[in-house]
Amino acid sequence: MKYVDEYRNAELADKIIAELRRVQTRPWVIMEVCGGQTHSIVKHGIDTMLPETVELVHGPGCPVCVTPLEIIDKAHAIARRPEVIFCSFGDMLRVPGSENDLFTIKSAGADIRIVYSPLDCLKIARAHPEKKVVFFAVGFETTAPANAMAVWQAHKKGVKNFSILVSHVLVPPSIAAILQSPQNRVQAFLGPGHVCAVVGYREYEALSARYRVPIVVTGFEPLDILEGTLMAVRQLESARAEVENQYARAVQREGNLQAQNILLEVFDICDRQWRGIGSIPKSGYKLRYEFRDHDAASIFEVQEIDTKEPAACISGQILKGIKKPHDCNAFGTLCTPRHPLGATMVSAEGACAAYYAYGRHLEPRPAVERNPE
Amino acid sequence: MATNGTAPDPLNGSCPVPIAEHGRIVLGHGSGGKLSGELLQDIFLPAFDNEHLARLGDQAMLDVNRTRLAFTTDSFVVTPIFFPGGDIGQLAINGTINDLAMGGARPLYIAAAFILEEGLEIDELRRVVESMRAAAAAAGVQVVTGDTKVVERGKGDKLFITTTGLGIVDKPVAISADRARPGDKVILSGTIGDHGMAIMSRRENLEFEGTIESDSAALNGLVSTMIAASPDIHCLRDPTRGGVATTLNELAVASAVGIEIDEKEIPVREAVRGACEIMGLDPLYVANEGKLVAIVAPDAADSILSAMRSHPLGKDAAIVGEVLAEHPRMVVLKTTIGGRRIVDVLFGEQLPRIC
Repeated sequence: MKYVDEYRNAELADKIIAELRRVQTRPWVIMEVCGGQTHSIVKHGIDTMLPETVELVHGPGCPVCVTPLEIIDKAHAIARRPEVIFCSFGDMLRVPGSENDLFTIKSAGADIRIVYSPLDCLKIARAHPEKKVVFFAVGFETTAPANAMAVWQAHKKGVKNFSILVSHVLVPPSIAAILQSPQNRVQAFLGPGHVCAVVGYREYEALSARYRVPIVVTGFEPLDILEGTLMAVRQLESARAEVENQYARAVQREGNLQAQNILLEVFDICDRQWRGIGSIPKSGYKLRYEFRDHDAASIFEVQEIDTKEPAACISGQILKGIKKPHDCNAFGTLCTPRHPLGATMVSAEGACAAYYAYGRHLEPRPAVERNPE
Repeated sequence: MATNGTAPDPLNGSCPVPIAEHGRIVLGHGSGGKLSGELLQDIFLPAFDNEHLARLGDQAMLDVNRTRLAFTTDSFVVTPIFFPGGDIGQLAINGTINDLAMGGARPLYIAAAFILEEGLEIDELRRVVESMRAAAAAAGVQVVTGDTKVVERGKGDKLFITTTGLGIVDKPVAISADRARPGDKVILSGTIGDHGMAIMSRRENLEFEGTIESDSAALNGLVSTMIAASPDIHCLRDPTRGGVATTLNELAVASAVGIEIDEKEIPVREAVRGACEIMGLDPLYVANEGKLVAIVAPDAADSILSAMRSHPLGKDAAIVGEVLAEHPRMVVLKTTIGGRRIVDVLFGEQLPRIC
C-alpha cells in the first residue's frame, strides 16, 4: 500500500494545486476520458480541490455505461437459457436492460456468476461439460487482451462449450467523435492510462496533431490526476498541443506488444454502437471468423429485440462532455442508481452514478464559461 | 421516444418509466443498504406497526414490571461457515450479544434456532456448536432454549442459525440513535473492514500478504468499560453489514444532524486496504463483526477513548469525526488528499468494478 499512499499525499497535492493556480490565466475545460479516473476524482474529492476555473468533464470511458441496450438485452436472453452458465464482471449485473437486470434474472433461477477474470470461465466450462459457459466480454482495450486470451486458449485446447458475447469498444474513435461534435466544449484530455499501457499512445499522437488538442496520458491516483491536469493546463496556457505521458511508471509509447499481438490474432476492428452516443465507425472489436465457434452472438440465435431508451435521459451529452449530471432534471430524482434512466447512471464509473454515489446530487457546482480561443 | 443509438432529445418531455423494478427478492435486499430499507418501509413496518419497532434500533427496549429489558434477534447465513478468525457459530452468539450491548444492556440469555441442510456433516455441526458454547461462556451468557429443523439437500446452505437475545439495562444510560448532538465526537473502536474482507478473500480464493482475519468479538465487556468511564454516551452501533458508512448515515438521519469524518483518522489494516483496492471496494461499506461506533458528549470523549484503549477490543480506538449542525442527515468525508465528499448509503451490495 506504500506504493499507493505515495500518490495520495496531501502536501504534494497542495503544491500541485498552488502551481496550477500560478500558471493558469484563463478558465479551461478538461475531459478525463476513463471511468476509473472519474471514479477516483469524486471518491477523493479532487473536484472540490481544483480552482473553480478548471472544469473537469467526464468522458465516455465507462465500459458498462456505453454497452448498448440491445446487447444487454441479448445477454439477458442468453443468461435465461437453462443450458447456459452466464459469467460476468460484477458491475454488469445491475445494469438494466429493457425489462430487468441480471440480478433479477438470477433470482428467477438462472445460473449467473460473477468472475474476476475470463480465464476463470474456462475452468467453469471444463467442470461443466454439459453446460454452455458464456462470458460477457465488455470493456475497452484494457479488458480485451484477457478476453482474447480466454478465447485463444479455448480454441487451442478444444474447450467447445465456452463462448464470449463481445461488446468491446475502443477509446480513440470516441475521442475523435467528441472533438468532431459542433457542441464540443473539451479543450484538453487526460488520456486513459491503463488503455495506453496496453496499446501505447502512438494513436493519440495522431489525434492530438489532427485536432490540435493536448492529451496527457494520466494515471488513476489523486496525484496522478492533479499532475495530469497541471500538465494539460500548462500546454493550454502555452498554446501547445501534444501528447505527454504523466503515467510513465505504467505506460510506454509502444504499449504492451504481447497484448497487442493477441488482440490482433483474435479480434477484428468493427463499427460499434455506443449507448447514449450512437454508432461510431471502427470503434470496437469483434471476434475473427476463425473463432466463430466461441462467438455467443452467433451460437445463440436471439431474436432482435426492439429497445427503447427513456427520452428524458441526457447521457449522450454527458458522455461527450457537453453537459454535466446536474444539468439533467431527472438526476437524483427520477434517475438514480436504483432506477437508472440511462447509460451514465448504471455503473459506478458512469459520471452520473459516481456523482450520485458520492453525494453530488446534493451539492451542485457551477460550470466554467468556455474560453473563446 | 428516442431509440437506442441516437442521442436522446432532452427537450422531449415524455414521462420516463423506471426500468428496473424488482418483482422478486434480489441479493441486494439483504445488503443493509437502500434496498433493505425499502423492504422494511414497504412490508415489515406497516404490518407490525408499533412504538418499539418504530425506533428501528438494533434491539427493542421494553419496560416490564419496572425492569428495562433489551430484546433482539438476528439470523446468520454465511459462506463459508468456517473462515479465518471465526465461524458461523461464534458470529451468531457475538452478533446478538452486540445488538444487546449497543443498547447499553447486559446480555443474559440467548435462544438459538438451527436450520440444517440434509447432508451436513455432524462433525461440522459439532464444531459450530462448540464454538457457540465457547463464545457464550466468554461473554457470560447462557443459551437457554432452541430449535432444530432439517431441510432437503439443496434447500439450504449447510446451516442457518437464528439467535435471539435478552438483556437487562441496569445502568443509568440513555443510548439511542436519535441522541447525537452537534459538537459530539465520533469514536470508532478499531480497524474497519476485517470481517467482510476475510469472508470475501476466502470466498474468492484471493491471497493477500498475511491472512485477513474476521474481527468477530463480543463487545459487551468493552461497552461496560466505556459506561464505567462515563455514562455520557449518546449513540452506540456495531457497524455490521453496510459498514461504518451505513451506520453513520442511520445515526445522522435518526438524530437529524450532520456528521463529518476524517479519512486519515479511520483505522484500516494494510491487508484490508490492499484487498479493497484490488477489488475496487470501499472499506467504509465493508462489514465488521467486532467493532462499534460511539457518539459521545465532547467533554466525555477523552475519558471514554482512554478507557476503550485500555480494553483489548478497543486498543486501536480513535476519534474519527464530529457531529455538526450543518448538512443535517448527511455524512461528509474529508479525504486523505484534502478533498471532501459525501458518504451516501449504498442501494445494494458493493460490486467489484470492471477496471
